[in-house]
Amino acid sequence: MNRREFIEIAGTGLLIVATAPLSDAQRGGGAGAGTLETRLHVGEDGFLTILSGKIEEGQGALTELAMAAAEELRVPLDRVRMVMGDTNLTPNDGGTSGSGTTPRTVPLVRRAAAAAHDLLLAAASRQFGVDAARLEVRDGAVQFAGKRYSYGDLARSPELAAAYKDALPAGTVVTPAKDWHLLGKPQVRLDGRDLVTGAHRFPSDIVRPGMLYGRVLRAPAYGATLAGVDLSAAQKMPGVTAVRDGGFVGCAARTTFAVRKALEAVSATAQWNRVEQPSSDDLYVYLKQHAGQQGRPSSQERGSVEKGLAEAQRRLKASYQVAYVQHAPMEPRAAVAEWQDGRLTVWTGTSNPGSVRQQLAETFGVAPDRVRVIVPHFGGGFGGKHTGEAAVEAARLAKEAGRPVAVHWTRAEEFMWAYFRPAALIEVEAGLDAGHSISAWDFTNYNSGASALDPPYRIPNARVRFVGSEAPLRQGSYRVLAATANNFAREAFTDELAEAAGKDPLEFRLAHLDNERIRNVLNAAAERFGWAERRKKRRAGTGIGLACGTEKNSVVAACCEVEVAGGVPRIVEVVQAFECGAILNPANLRAQVEGAIMMGSGPALREEVLFKDGKLTNARFSAYRVPRFRDVPKLEVILLDRKDLEPAGAGETPIIAIAPAIANAVFDATGKRVRSMPMRTLRA
Amino acid sequence: MATIRFTVNGKASSVDTEPERPLLEVLREDLGLTGTKYGCGEGQCGACTVLLDNKATVSCVTPVRAVEGRRIVTIEGLAEGGRLHAVQQAFLDEGAMQCGYCTPGMILQTVALLQLHPKPTDAQVVDGLNGNLCRCAGYHRILAAVGRAAASTGASTGTSTGKGGGQ
Repeated sequence: MNRREFIEIAGTGLLIVATAPLSDAQRGGGAGAGTLETRLHVGEDGFLTILSGKIEEGQGALTELAMAAAEELRVPLDRVRMVMGDTNLTPNDGGTSGSGTTPRTVPLVRRAAAAAHDLLLAAASRQFGVDAARLEVRDGAVQFAGKRYSYGDLARSPELAAAYKDALPAGTVVTPAKDWHLLGKPQVRLDGRDLVTGAHRFPSDIVRPGMLYGRVLRAPAYGATLAGVDLSAAQKMPGVTAVRDGGFVGCAARTTFAVRKALEAVSATAQWNRVEQPSSDDLYVYLKQHAGQQGRPSSQERGSVEKGLAEAQRRLKASYQVAYVQHAPMEPRAAVAEWQDGRLTVWTGTSNPGSVRQQLAETFGVAPDRVRVIVPHFGGGFGGKHTGEAAVEAARLAKEAGRPVAVHWTRAEEFMWAYFRPAALIEVEAGLDAGHSISAWDFTNYNSGASALDPPYRIPNARVRFVGSEAPLRQGSYRVLAATANNFAREAFTDELAEAAGKDPLEFRLAHLDNERIRNVLNAAAERFGWAERRKKRRAGTGIGLACGTEKNSVVAACCEVEVAGGVPRIVEVVQAFECGAILNPANLRAQVEGAIMMGSGPALREEVLFKDGKLTNARFSAYRVPRFRDVPKLEVILLDRKDLEPAGAGETPIIAIAPAIANAVFDATGKRVRSMPMRTLRA
Repeated sequence: MATIRFTVNGKASSVDTEPERPLLEVLREDLGLTGTKYGCGEGQCGACTVLLDNKATVSCVTPVRAVEGRRIVTIEGLAEGGRLHAVQQAFLDEGAMQCGYCTPGMILQTVALLQLHPKPTDAQVVDGLNGNLCRCAGYHRILAAVGRAAASTGASTGTSTGKGGGQ
């Protein structure tokens, strides 16, 4: 990194010189990796700057990491600044995904901050000639007998300069949860002010001198290839650059309006070769027909499912369908690219700045250290922005135009050309023994993934399988990925088993649950909801249901009430309990859990990507109905704080319980089992 | 090309432009007011909401020729002298944002709502805001912020003849 870049952000202080790429060894967050200089800048003004390759997309990582640092540094939160997601400045902390920031990056930041704290204490001890054990850091300074030694003083000291070269000390001790002053208390987001004033520059708001607006020609259908195109009309337009490079065709112009006109002119001349494409009408047949063609199926078995099923008193079987859905973050993909002296700088919204840098380097044949990817806090991802499509497109156009170019995907492009959460077909069969317990369990997920495949219930004979299929759409990650589909099928089917066993759904689950953490959230949700009393009081047209689950080392349970009056059920009330170990920021956690419940209600009730002849038929918000204010139920969130457990991430798992809870409530209301997401059998 | 004159955040503006361009693009690209966001281009998500003569308006489907001689307020024009508007302050205090991309539109829609209904009922809030999407689905925090803003302002400043955008 260069000095000017850093000073722009962190202010003057000890110069940090590091070579790129910074500490790739930290990928995956190996404990103890890295040096102080890759993680923390101590300013002469007493401000401390934390560096992390993680990105902020609304999940609250920035505030959480700052809190973790301030806690260990013993400084007020406003003394900590964050620099995130910049391949020239920040260590490579791996992608921001899989609820990884809390369990893997927070500990690295806490250790670095604690090491800096220890350094300040040791330096003050030497300055004052007093044993360090008699000193403590308060508000960023050590005070003793009228003398004061602060982080600002440390920044000017040879001790810090020397420590920056060394690996972080192995023995650094972080503050135990029970002694936290700052962590564990609700904190509103530190970047909130710029968000409410409109001052924050999202990736689509970045403007560079002389910048053009770019747009790329898209195929009219999946699988279509360009047979011919005439760029001349667009090239005659004033200020327009039009490019063709193999299958890539794009334009850049001074305004979005002008580039739209240019691209329309190009598009009118384009000829395409089309190939036959599957349709969402035949999706589940297609997934089954093509099962096993992608990768080796994974299978785990304990006991003997065959024997268990053969000996069962009662056998039940069902299949579940989960549609393709789109993340549809509020900010579609966006990037600005700028070439200067053979170096490329790209501002974009991605959860993987490191791999996007690599992709850019490979695409344009330049060394990775000549590519800088900067990720400003961007407008939502939910696992949908692991890639760098807009970055590559902007860089290609910028190279051709000889000026910076912004590429902002339209909503229609984001729907059609971003990747989707995989659709699932799930088949499950189970047996009950004479004591009404589940004695056999055979569960297969086709196409969507293996997350949360294993049931949390005590079942002597169980087999779980994931079988890949040939995906008719481009599919990728999504908040907690297949755990939603697998929990939906498992928890809905568990209710069918409970009914067959003549048991209450809550009692039936508890009878099969050894996991104390799941039992706790289930009991907490059921108690607050008034499950037992409400089971006795029935109201026509309404029903109640519950579901639980675990994933990514956190546990969740939801109870809900729905009203069914034809058409799509209405969620009346939800009580959800969630536990993810020691809570770092209860305010952010509550927001994540509330948002996850509401977001999860979308694919449960209405969201479904429809496609035919290689085109989406509902690629717009007027046709693809996501949750809105009108859908908001009465909602209560119970957060269980386990100070004795390590903090786990919480951006994903709270989404998995709502869909099966709704399905079970719909059965309670109507006597009809719902075995699809969205709940199409009830569609008006 | 045409010259379109209008007032933005209290300042007179004059733009030489194609009259069919969406107001959203003129605000962002010609006037540098990037606080107004693109979300859907079909007036379905409310991210591009501005106040047009005090009425919440989706700027992505409003051609710039339609604002000749009119008054526009964008998110950048809401705070006065560094002091946040009561609705901005309420969103900040309630932590009513996750990614924050919908926030400018939500705030302006709320300002319009509270001009029309200074003490809105729950149903009026839902009707008024239903046209604004939050994909982080942080609707509960936003509703809390609207309630806080209504309580803190009592009656809001300004006059309004329109009703909130919504649908």
